[in-house]
Amino acid sequence: MNVELSRRGFLTAAGVGVGGTALGAFGFGDLEVAHAAAIRPFKLVNTMETRNTCPYCSVACGVILYSKGDLRKGENADIIHIEGDADHPTNRGTLCPKGSALKDFVKSETRLRYPMLRKPGSSTFERISWDQALDRVARLMKTDRDANFISANKDGIPVNRWTTVGFLAASATTNETAYLTYKVVRSTGIVCFDNQARV
Amino acid sequence: MTNSWTDIRNTDLVIIMGGNAAEAHPCGFKWVTEAKATRGAKLIVVDPRFTRSASVSDFYAPIRQGTDIAFLLGVINYCMLNNKVQWEYLKAFTNAAYLVNEGFTYQDGLFTGYDPNKRDYDRSTWEYQIGLDGFAMVDETLQNPRCVWNLLKAHVAAYTPEMVERICGTPKDKFLKVAEMISECSTPTKTMTSMYALGWTQHSKGSQNIRTMAMLQLILGNIGVRGGGMNALRGHSNIQGLTDVGLMSNLLPGYLNIPVEKEKDFGTYMASRAFKPLRPNQTSYWQNYKKFFVSFQKAMWGDAANAENEFAYHYLPKLDVPQYDVLRVFEMMHDGAINGYFCQGFNALLAFPNRKKVTESLSKLKWLVVMDPLDTETSRFWENHGQYNDVDTASIQTEVIQLPTTCFAEEDGSLTNSGRWLQWHWAGGTPPGEARHDNWIMGQLYRRLRALYEKEGGAYPDPILKLTWNYQNPDEPTPEELAKEINGYAVETLHDPADPTKVVLEKGKQVVNFSVLRDDGSTACGCWIYSGCFNEAGNNMARRDNADPGDTGAYPGWTFAWPLNRRILYNRASADLQGKPWDPSRKLLEWDGEKWTGYDVPDIAPTAKPDVVGPFIMNQEGTARLFVRGLMRDGPFPVHYEPFEAPIENVMAPKIRGNPVARVFKDDLAQFATSEEFPYAATSYRLTEHFHYWTKHNWVNSVLQPEFFVELSEQLAAEKGIADGSWVRVWSKRGSVKAKAMVTKRIKPLVCNGKTVHVIGIPLHWGFMGRALKGWGPNSLTPFVGDANIETPEYKAFLVNIEPTTAPVTS
Repeated sequence: MNVELSRRGFLTAAGVGVGGTALGAFGFGDLEVAHAAAIRPFKLVNTMETRNTCPYCSVACGVILYSKGDLRKGENADIIHIEGDADHPTNRGTLCPKGSALKDFVKSETRLRYPMLRKPGSSTFERISWDQALDRVARLMKTDRDANFISANKDGIPVNRWTTVGFLAASATTNETAYLTYKVVRSTGIVCFDNQARV
Repeated sequence: MTNSWTDIRNTDLVIIMGGNAAEAHPCGFKWVTEAKATRGAKLIVVDPRFTRSASVSDFYAPIRQGTDIAFLLGVINYCMLNNKVQWEYLKAFTNAAYLVNEGFTYQDGLFTGYDPNKRDYDRSTWEYQIGLDGFAMVDETLQNPRCVWNLLKAHVAAYTPEMVERICGTPKDKFLKVAEMISECSTPTKTMTSMYALGWTQHSKGSQNIRTMAMLQLILGNIGVRGGGMNALRGHSNIQGLTDVGLMSNLLPGYLNIPVEKEKDFGTYMASRAFKPLRPNQTSYWQNYKKFFVSFQKAMWGDAANAENEFAYHYLPKLDVPQYDVLRVFEMMHDGAINGYFCQGFNALLAFPNRKKVTESLSKLKWLVVMDPLDTETSRFWENHGQYNDVDTASIQTEVIQLPTTCFAEEDGSLTNSGRWLQWHWAGGTPPGEARHDNWIMGQLYRRLRALYEKEGGAYPDPILKLTWNYQNPDEPTPEELAKEINGYAVETLHDPADPTKVVLEKGKQVVNFSVLRDDGSTACGCWIYSGCFNEAGNNMARRDNADPGDTGAYPGWTFAWPLNRRILYNRASADLQGKPWDPSRKLLEWDGEKWTGYDVPDIAPTAKPDVVGPFIMNQEGTARLFVRGLMRDGPFPVHYEPFEAPIENVMAPKIRGNPVARVFKDDLAQFATSEEFPYAATSYRLTEHFHYWTKHNWVNSVLQPEFFVELSEQLAAEKGIADGSWVRVWSKRGSVKAKAMVTKRIKPLVCNGKTVHVIGIPLHWGFMGRALKGWGPNSLTPFVGDANIETPEYKAFLVNIEPTTAPVTS
């Protein structure tokens, strides 16, 4: 059973019932308007629900994202609420003090919005475009790889490794991102490759 | 985890040691509560602090951090001396009866073959006696003095309750109560589960901490059964996945290995990976290694990986050291040997030990690329934040490029939880500003780098130019496309080897799972252990059937668990040698005379006879290893070693400091303190209101826990004149921090080897970015040394000093 839907259905039905029959029938029309105006509308009405999982610890509780706007229709979607997924077998709707405040993470003021560059010795970041950032990184990689790639060891055996650039992968990216990262990093010969697993 | 969060409800006894699930994994801990409420299960907590897990336990025993092996070997000794052993399980399913090489000995804290100069062992004697038939010799009566069981008995004999008290500071009566409660789970119908986390891993002998409990669980017959197992709670949402997919210097996806230099060609590489069974009729599943390796190479390089070029064996880098782990890499960076570095969602400045050294290392980079949803300390390591990050900005010549990424709520894809469930999730929000998906960023970096190599040529471009990249939109591979590649597909049409006229799978179709992978290049598979996650049935990770047939806690229709949707690893061990469940009320699998049936996907060939084929199919023995041969660097049996910084000497082997084979870099050795200089035993941990260094960016969590503090006992506070809520300075040989003091009854002084040991607790959630008040993390203080096998830094046991001070000047 979808608990969310049934609860919302109940509230909607109850609202219509009270407004349309009881109060109206007793002739409290004005009161009804004033009363209705004083009640905050239920904030999850007309929101898009999306199933997700909490990105913090590895219990991986099910969560539901509520957003204004539907990404799958190509709209912008603004997440206005996040709560536990009652259908999830592990957490059954509950969340801890971290999971309960997940919306604050999504909406954090210190979320990054634009690519930035800090030049050597500078005391500030300056905004750059994605093209500038990515072209710069690709060039830095190529220059270093071409200069420092080790094709063979002293015995002439192919070793094909690149030790002067390292890549530290994350602990909360998806398996699909992890695999793509693996492909790209390994294809270059980078060996200084690690993730949070051993830390 | 061998089991899952929802399986914990099936247990009779939970032991939380090396973790604190009630605070660090609150919604998983509810299954402990469920077991207590519905089964009458008991909870034991062994921890230096009286944690919130301890507050709801049935029994709490204090322990000094870094002494878990002594405690657990003491429990094993207790079980052996009191005949608390699941004998049938032990004899049939472990290597207890195997005979060990005559040359193998143990004395004064060291095994045969130690070389103090190399800080390493020659492990050649750590082996079984091999008979004329080529198999390991066994004595099923367990009488032979060289059998594993008798060697183990001699090895643990020194760990008496008195010795445990002397080393661990656990009062003898409390230790004995824990040992007695644990030992009751040696009957076939009583089960204990072990829940542990970074309290066990972050030690210079972390791997052996875990191994010791695994041995105890085997002796009790608790592996492979419902409500049992070794359950690593794991720290981050996809730490399991990143490990499984092999994003480590020495791994290929699915726990295959990157070649080392001496493996000069594919034949040499495979020669040491034959995995010939060590006992008759055993599975030794790694015999399929070549199929998984070749299928991976095909996924990476397609037609460019073929039989003529050893499946592009030389496209892979070859290692000249065991691993380029982060400690080694930061040592190299400190030496100026690293020019560029990428941090993808990783706040290295606060995550790696000895922050001073980390800052110095990052400052030597020519360039640093940070990809993150948040504005991290690492991306601003060059920015002066007063005493919180006191750097000379102008002198730091590192170019820093900060790339904004999406977060979980703005992306599709799967994460693997600690129970090995690959759970798909969907994007529900638009990313802020110009933040982009990691897949787009990695795709763009690759495409641009490849374009440069196409245009200009350069050093060995082949592995880059020939990388498989057949995505519909080459600028941004979709999560579904990547998941299908991970699952694997037929490169050529596959025919039945027994009947070549019969087609098994058409070219281009998804393989059903890894059982159909081949070593001739006709299949491709990105990560064999995940195969089955996205086959012709669709995206199995997105399944949401939460029915639980038989009320076992398995939820087989919910998402996908690796391997093969198996919910409990080694589950064949839940039944006896006739194939009958040890505990009929907790049936998992049963032998029906022809095949295995039950609630879970059998972890054995479905028709493997119960009295012939052993349950530990990944091992060449078919059994689990109480004696691990030469497979771990620091010994085939665990040994108590002190942390590198310890408040007392090693009372069993006074000459040995730390783990005798842990790697120590020269400059770091000089930065290890003695208890004369730094008398207090410190440890680090999480709080329930925060997640690492992320949630300090959140308003709610910053309100709940706004400020850095340290915990100390009332006794130490009185000794030092420290009032609750006052400011203290805590410093080690490597750094100094200021914090509010939380004087607590939750930590009490311990008496170890006749000496009073005070413990100081240091939570890890503060830095200089975000909404919480500025502060420090424990990494300003901790030593730069890791576990002897896998190099996890020793964060949980180090030495500090403490004194009252005044409030820091706010910047």
